[in-house]
Amino acid sequence: MAANVETLEQVQAVTEKYKYGFVTDIETETAPKGLSEDIVRFISHKKNEPEWLLAWRLKAYRHWLTMPEPQWAHVDFPPLDYQDSYYYSAPKSKTDGPKSLEEVDPELLKTYEKLGIPLKEQEMLAGVAVDAVFDSVSVATTFKGKLEEQGIIFCPISEAVQNHPELVRQYLGSVVPAADNKHACLNSAVFTDGSFVYIPKGVRCPMELSTYFRINAANTGQFERTLIIADAGSYVSYLEGCTAPMRDEHQLHAAVVELVALDDAEIKYSTVQNWYPGDENGVGGIYNFVTKRGACRGHNSKISWTQVETGSAITWKYPSCILQGDNSVGEFYSVAITNNMQQADTGTKMIHLGKNTRSRIVSKGISAGRSQQTYRGLVKISPKAQGARNHTQCDSLLIGDLCGAHTVPYIECRNRGAVVEHEATTSKISEDQLFYCRQRGISQEDAVALVVNGFCREVLQQLPMEFAVEAQKLVGISLEGSVG
Amino acid sequence: MLEIKNLHATVGGKGILNGLDLTIGAGEVHAIMGPNGSGKSTLSYVLSGREGYEVTEGEVAYQGRNLLEMEPEERAGAGVFLAFQYPVEIPGVPNTTFLREAVNAVRKYKGAPTLDPMAFLKVLRAKIKELQVPDDLLKRAVNVGFSGGEKKRNEILQMALLDPSLAILDETDSGLDIDALKTVADGVNAMRAPDRSVLVITHYQRLLDYIVPDRVHVLAHGRIVRSGGKELALELEKTGYAGFTGEAA
Repeated sequence: MAANVETLEQVQAVTEKYKYGFVTDIETETAPKGLSEDIVRFISHKKNEPEWLLAWRLKAYRHWLTMPEPQWAHVDFPPLDYQDSYYYSAPKSKTDGPKSLEEVDPELLKTYEKLGIPLKEQEMLAGVAVDAVFDSVSVATTFKGKLEEQGIIFCPISEAVQNHPELVRQYLGSVVPAADNKHACLNSAVFTDGSFVYIPKGVRCPMELSTYFRINAANTGQFERTLIIADAGSYVSYLEGCTAPMRDEHQLHAAVVELVALDDAEIKYSTVQNWYPGDENGVGGIYNFVTKRGACRGHNSKISWTQVETGSAITWKYPSCILQGDNSVGEFYSVAITNNMQQADTGTKMIHLGKNTRSRIVSKGISAGRSQQTYRGLVKISPKAQGARNHTQCDSLLIGDLCGAHTVPYIECRNRGAVVEHEATTSKISEDQLFYCRQRGISQEDAVALVVNGFCREVLQQLPMEFAVEAQKLVGISLEGSVG
Repeated sequence: MLEIKNLHATVGGKGILNGLDLTIGAGEVHAIMGPNGSGKSTLSYVLSGREGYEVTEGEVAYQGRNLLEMEPEERAGAGVFLAFQYPVEIPGVPNTTFLREAVNAVRKYKGAPTLDPMAFLKVLRAKIKELQVPDDLLKRAVNVGFSGGEKKRNEILQMALLDPSLAILDETDSGLDIDALKTVADGVNAMRAPDRSVLVITHYQRLLDYIVPDRVHVLAHGRIVRSGGKELALELEKTGYAGFTGEAA
């Protein structure tokens, strides 16, 4: 309850339309525009990668050339011109890269300060280790020492390729194969950086691991690659949050996140996504085409996705769970807010393979302005998933009469002993509620934020405390100007 | 405190109030009685500024200000409180959060510093004790799953917390058993003060046994057709509204 009790001050405190719309002036070292085998080789070379990884990238690139664009999502945008983008840019720094915060470009640190995440204070303040991704290169990692004591590896994936090649090689692409879909395939070919996490057997990660992603250089597609492995009996909670500067051109973001939970392991993955959504007329904004998937490989393992999606011009994202181990559990808690001209097609897939596997889906969609939002979900019960259970709750809230909410739940059940439940509601924000709040002195905008936060409460409660506060603020900001 | 002159209002193009005059002095309790459809609830919504209730003629002065020009939240900030006939449910929002948000919003209008959660909780605890509101009402979502009596008690609790100058009670007695009615009336009576006015809107005389009004008005066809002292309510109880509606037609 505490997190929600604090909602309102937070919502009130924030009044700016898009607080994080600024561009930092940092010289970037950039590969030439366009995409080719040479660019893939250039990236691999820049990263000083082993031969097997280059081969893996090239294979992905060649396959990508043959793949069609996914057309099934309920989103509409002009065809992407892949040759009109840059695929590599890195902040200029010494050849070895910064070894500590002191070596980090001061401009960069200023940017983080504007975002409210002063790295230097992170260590003292939040007890959160931050692996900060700025453009494509991870520039600072804190708390490493404390984590290393427990044998936890938390580092940029490029570093893991150098220092822990056996782990990367074993798990990279094992949950999301390079050829999974067009966007994931592109990522496999040109990913520049991202986070790598390994939690050893029986270790409970003592702090929330957190990465702030940020897109900065103009026209640079972002291809983050995240890989998290929770070994037997371990636990980790990972937070991902994003903000972006204001700009006109569309920017493609095609990230891949892979999670692997072994026997009795648990991974909690939380996202707050508030990238630039474009202006009121749909000009600019990020294309967020992300592939996130977790494999519950071990018995009694658990993967829980929580997402708060308020940003991006277009969101195409289905964090999923493959419930392979017996008694494994998958969860998906989602709040998606679209306003103005935003489009979102998001949901989850729960693939039940093991016995007595359980999954729970709670999706809250809020559409305002002229936005279009789709929940798209798949619950698949395989013949061997004896005793599998799923419960899906899917609620849509409409604000105004020009937006759209769509629900597309697929259920494939091939086991007679399985129980699959689906509940869905669609409602409009009610005049009665708004008037009741206003009669008590609460302004129209605060009333909307209050009612919508109530609507999302079940999901927001799943977030770690520090994220819940930010998420509640975002709910208010994202819906400013949507009523009245 | 409140001066209504020749008020005409329409809802969906239909005339509901047709030249209503009413003056309430500071510290006075007035009751408006009338049959269904006489315009009682419309009056409360017009005074609180609900959308869709259009004033076509007349004026309303509240503490010397033109009330009709103000937004609903400004009116609340200036001390106009409406206890709803049908309090609205807000799922997922804890009652405590809602109450604090409301109190702080009104404090801002008054230029008072807002209360932090701990300070507010102290104020709230004192009030619920005074009004005998059960603890669990605070933890539950606003009005969700509340019984009729609980909803009305919650309205009175809000009134006590917001400390209004003009309280309008719209059929606060409807749906209450006799015990709940007494508690609610006690809450209202405890708030009677020289600088606070109360407008009680009701069908029945019953509530006025507990909240004794200074003046009673009969509303029919959108106008006050008769005014008198508290004994007028008793007379109405005997004769019914028939005579008045006929008179006004």
